[in-house]
Amino acid sequence: MDNGTGIGARVKRKEDQRFITGKGNYTDDINLPKQTYAYFVRSPHAHATIKKIDTSKASKMPGVVGIFTGDDVAADKIGGLICGWMIHSKDGSPMKAGPHPILAMGKVRYVGDHVAVVVAETKDLAKAAAAAVDVTYDVLPHVVDVAEAMGHKAQVHEVAPDNRVFNWSIGDQAATDAAFKSAAHITKIDLVNNRLIPNAMEPRAAIGAYDTGMDSYTLYTTSQNPHVARLVISAFHGLAPEHKLRVIAPDVGGGFGSKIFIYAEEVVCVWASKRIGGRPIKWTAERTESFLCDAHGRDHVTHAELATDAGGKITGFRVHTKAAMGAYLSTFASCVPTYLYATLLSGQYNIPNIYAEVDAIYTNTAPVDAYRGAGRPEATYVVERIVETAARELKMDPAEFRRKNFVTQFPHQTPVIMCYDAGDYGAALDKALAIADYKGFGGRKAEAAKRGKLRGIGFSAYIEACGIAPSAAIGSLGAGVGLWESAEVRVNPVGTVEILTGSHSHGQGHETTFAQLVSDRLGIDINNVSIVHGDTDKVQFGMGTYGSRSGAVGMTAISKALDKIEAKAKRVAAAVMEASVNDVEFKNGTFTVKGTDKKMAFGEVALSAYVAHKFNSAEIEPGLKESAFHDPSNFVFPAGVHIAEIEIDPDTGVTDVVNYTAVDDFGNIINPMIVEGQVHGGIVQGIGQALTEGCVYDKASGQLLTGSYMDYQMPRAADVPSFKLDFTCTPCPSNPLGMKGCGEAGAIASPAAVMNAVTDAMGLKDVAMPASPQVVWKALQPMKKAAE
Amino acid sequence: MPAISMKVNGQAVCGDVEGRTLLVEFIRDKLGLTGTHVGCDTSQCGACVVHVNGKAVKSCTALAIAHDGAEVTTIEGLAANGKLHPMQEAFREHHGLQCGFCTPGMIMAAVDMVNRLGKKLDEDTIRHELEGNICRCTGYHNIVAAVKAGAANM
Repeated sequence: MDNGTGIGARVKRKEDQRFITGKGNYTDDINLPKQTYAYFVRSPHAHATIKKIDTSKASKMPGVVGIFTGDDVAADKIGGLICGWMIHSKDGSPMKAGPHPILAMGKVRYVGDHVAVVVAETKDLAKAAAAAVDVTYDVLPHVVDVAEAMGHKAQVHEVAPDNRVFNWSIGDQAATDAAFKSAAHITKIDLVNNRLIPNAMEPRAAIGAYDTGMDSYTLYTTSQNPHVARLVISAFHGLAPEHKLRVIAPDVGGGFGSKIFIYAEEVVCVWASKRIGGRPIKWTAERTESFLCDAHGRDHVTHAELATDAGGKITGFRVHTKAAMGAYLSTFASCVPTYLYATLLSGQYNIPNIYAEVDAIYTNTAPVDAYRGAGRPEATYVVERIVETAARELKMDPAEFRRKNFVTQFPHQTPVIMCYDAGDYGAALDKALAIADYKGFGGRKAEAAKRGKLRGIGFSAYIEACGIAPSAAIGSLGAGVGLWESAEVRVNPVGTVEILTGSHSHGQGHETTFAQLVSDRLGIDINNVSIVHGDTDKVQFGMGTYGSRSGAVGMTAISKALDKIEAKAKRVAAAVMEASVNDVEFKNGTFTVKGTDKKMAFGEVALSAYVAHKFNSAEIEPGLKESAFHDPSNFVFPAGVHIAEIEIDPDTGVTDVVNYTAVDDFGNIINPMIVEGQVHGGIVQGIGQALTEGCVYDKASGQLLTGSYMDYQMPRAADVPSFKLDFTCTPCPSNPLGMKGCGEAGAIASPAAVMNAVTDAMGLKDVAMPASPQVVWKALQPMKKAAE
Repeated sequence: MPAISMKVNGQAVCGDVEGRTLLVEFIRDKLGLTGTHVGCDTSQCGACVVHVNGKAVKSCTALAIAHDGAEVTTIEGLAANGKLHPMQEAFREHHGLQCGFCTPGMIMAAVDMVNRLGKKLDEDTIRHELEGNICRCTGYHNIVAAVKAGAANM
């Protein structure tokens, strides 16, 4: 076959043609006959009781088709939004999940909470009528700061009187305390992992349509996992059984986690369509609604302590984290600060004793859930900031302190569940040190000082667990779903191939990488392979794309189905060529019979399978179509070393990232061009967290102050450098392709690397994220005064 | 409702608009040219960039009625005679897009950049000129490479 499109080739993306010509098909690009438009009435208060909703004036406004409130939802017995992962507290009690109706019932709990929906003939008319809906509120005390929320007088949910959702722990507390008692040195640090707003460039959107003839529903939606949406809307909201509900996620303009979740607006659109006689209802979020109502990320307050012995070996690590959940538990909120966070607190290090405790806390803010990395960036931030700090306190080189403590033997069982299967952390460190010219840093720092700049360097030796996830293992930890993936391979009679996958591509390039695998395996032209995803009527089932799982889990499912295709095709070929199946070999797209010159091309075998003239259909079923479900046996463990070098202008407080090196081990790589793109994007989201992005709620009013791109600083092209990337490779032993995941690594690694560099430049133990010019300039003032 | 007419991608078009109808709404909803996107409503993200009389304009913050008689080019009109524009080609060649949502605006802004500043663009210039276009996927690394290469080929 042509190796130009096989595994490992930098194949240009097949999906690009439609995107660069403006022919993408995103949800808001779709319009259905007789379509109406929804606009949501949202809470202006952080916490209030709803006394009355008066729709009399609004309902008489031009173009209004219907106005619905929580009373209508209750009348139709539509269930509330759910959190799909049960966490138990240390004391054994289940997490305290408050009610989360799709339209408010009696109470609102954050600014932007969905109160009512107006459906009208146009967007503008719906918006105008929504402004005329008169809601009377009784304002209640509120709390938006996670550090203050536990036991605050503002009680977000009745089920959680102290606002604590759960108090969870992991690790051996007694053993860890003992390690600290015998420690030669203890490093302590207090860290805030700033709240972020995901900001996929495509705002969320939905079109819900009820078919009165078929008594069935269709929902077009911006989803990373349409089958999960269908399952939840069927089983928990109770709208319709799954065979009566079709969910389509067409082209989706970025997700980063925020489009995993089942949100109120989408459910409302599909439910209310029946209420208006089956006319479709379209809703597209304004950007401010995205800021207010998309699930946010991070928002941790952490105290951590690291114990080391006299030789500089880490002997113990203990962590206490307060994690904001926001006003309601979003779809996977509870697993983020627990099993996706504390299980990674061993980092790349051999730490014999770890104990972590997490308090998950309600606040009167938008819900918090998985955002690119989900728990693992928070873990890496704690581990890599305290490791860097410990090295500084011990007067050891931060690279060598890390190397001294690296895990070097595999498999390695950490004290916090994870069993690392393969890696070579020293190799990544060596490569990164060379690319970043670590030895030359002193000279660069001195040169920068001559220009009046403060230069710093910082490391992040991250590890993550992704390729989620082994179903039985996560089931035992509280997950409500299994996280296998499915694939179906349909070979057409002419030998072209359709792959139906439960994964969903929203920027990751599956139409190319998945086709590369098929092209490589079947020896056919990549243009004869198409990838079908994002439609529950086409793909039987799937768990979607998040947690860097589409390669390791999704492609493994395809690989397994291809194994079955090959086996079946061999039987067909054997029958046609009148040979024993054991003598049939398949290579480069051709079936041959050992010891003869007989051969058949893949396409010929496909045609033979469908015409079924040359074999006994009682022995071989006609056709060539196979499916497979793959449930991984372990997580995969990408790891690497990122090095950031920054310069601060002390006059302005502006931090400039001048060099950034990333060396990652993703195991085997299908398409290096696409993998590099994933790393670039992740790094910049992490630089955004470190230097520019911060979600701010006003404590006094509970209002979101960062509700537009004029207030929330997304990284722009001039804020970041170009990057130096390289890879190491230890193939993953738990899947046949040897793949790990690459989607989240950049965002996991980079905040710690940048902040270690910033604190190095400033000579400070900690600087708050985002280290904006204002924050940095302020922090420098006492030092300037002292120098004067 | 007043009627307006324009030349969009070389074709004469007309339609009735309200005073408040945005140029992007006219392009997307009336003309069905959905390649031009709305990402932020506040002229910050640049997903809505089109060319009006040869200059880049953020169509989410422009009124349709103010563009009566204008010549507009959208992403759909950039490829001529079935051949991709060099900037479109460069974005594919250099993997300058992932989810594709910001891409039409990025490409239109990049073409405008070259029209104003010439074909030889350095990295600093490109980065500063892209101030009005936000991408959440690519980290800009490959967009910068694409714009540089596309500019050289224009």
